[in-house]
Amino acid sequence: MKVQEIVNELNLEVITCNQLLDREVSDGCVGDLLSVVMGKATKDCVWVTVQSHINIIAVGMLVEVSCIIVSEGFSIDNDAISKAQEEDVILLSSKESNYKIAAKLSALDI
Amino acid sequence: MKFDYIVEGGEFINAGIASAKLKKVLKQLGIASDIIRKVAISMYEAEINMVIHADGGHIEGEITPEKIEVLLIDKGPGIEDLDLAMTEGYSTASKQAREMGFGAGMGLPNIKRNSDHLNISTKLGVGTTVHISFKIT
Ligand SMILES: Nc1ncnc2c1ncn2[C@@H]1O[C@H](COP(=O)(O)OP(=O)(O)OP(=O)(O)O)[C@@H](O)[C@H]1O
Ligand SMILES: [Mg+2]
Repeated sequence: MKVQEIVNELNLEVITCNQLLDREVSDGCVGDLLSVVMGKATKDCVWVTVQSHINIIAVGMLVEVSCIIVSEGFSIDNDAISKAQEEDVILLSSKESNYKIAAKLSALDI
Repeated sequence: MKFDYIVEGGEFINAGIASAKLKKVLKQLGIASDIIRKVAISMYEAEINMVIHADGGHIEGEITPEKIEVLLIDKGPGIEDLDLAMTEGYSTASKQAREMGFGAGMGLPNIKRNSDHLNISTKLGVGTTVHISFKIT
């Protein structure tokens, strides 16, 4: 599945890297504790989190997630957005909870 | 090839920069992507630890055809009980760090799992040196 399809199906707001939405998504990971995510997230997964500060970009980059969905409509720090743009990390935003987002991803077979 | 990075303390904002830089170098050298991933995860965890527990430090290391060696050296408070620190879930992270999603107590266990060799030498009041290495072949 491509990031674009997830954006459409879940009605997500695209914060960065609109031009990269044809990237593939192979798995999912939900987590707000960064080193748990570092340990569990697989390459090319979609990562769902309530964290919205710059360190999620470093984590996303290092584990090579496909995209990050920031949940609960939390506003994302400006330095996180510019870092994501610089490093080609796709940042998406949703008003829904981690639980709801994960349930919808699961319904899409992720 | 040798490398060297300074890690600023206190500033969570810059945490992870050295790991991201080394990752790019490894990519340019054509190192296998599963090894790059292990190095990046391990070094990031150790780098973050230097920032949140030890007020920064420096990183030095070497890439040879056989292996990647990384030394993370700080002059922080040191670790009182290393076995305890290695236990999954053990953390002394501050409230501020926890609010940002640090402090799961999974950093050192992640390093252990992702590296071929981990050695920590630490002395209370003096500092901590984390030595990690990875086989390339
Ligand atoms: N460089 C260091 N200097 C001093 N203490 C350290 C250092 N690195 C780790 N520690 C101690 O070891 C504990 C466990 O470290 P670990 O990385 O496993 O977890 P954490 O950093 O607390 O949380 P997490 O890594 O999951 O965000 C820390 O809480 C801290 O007490
Ligand atoms: Mg840690």
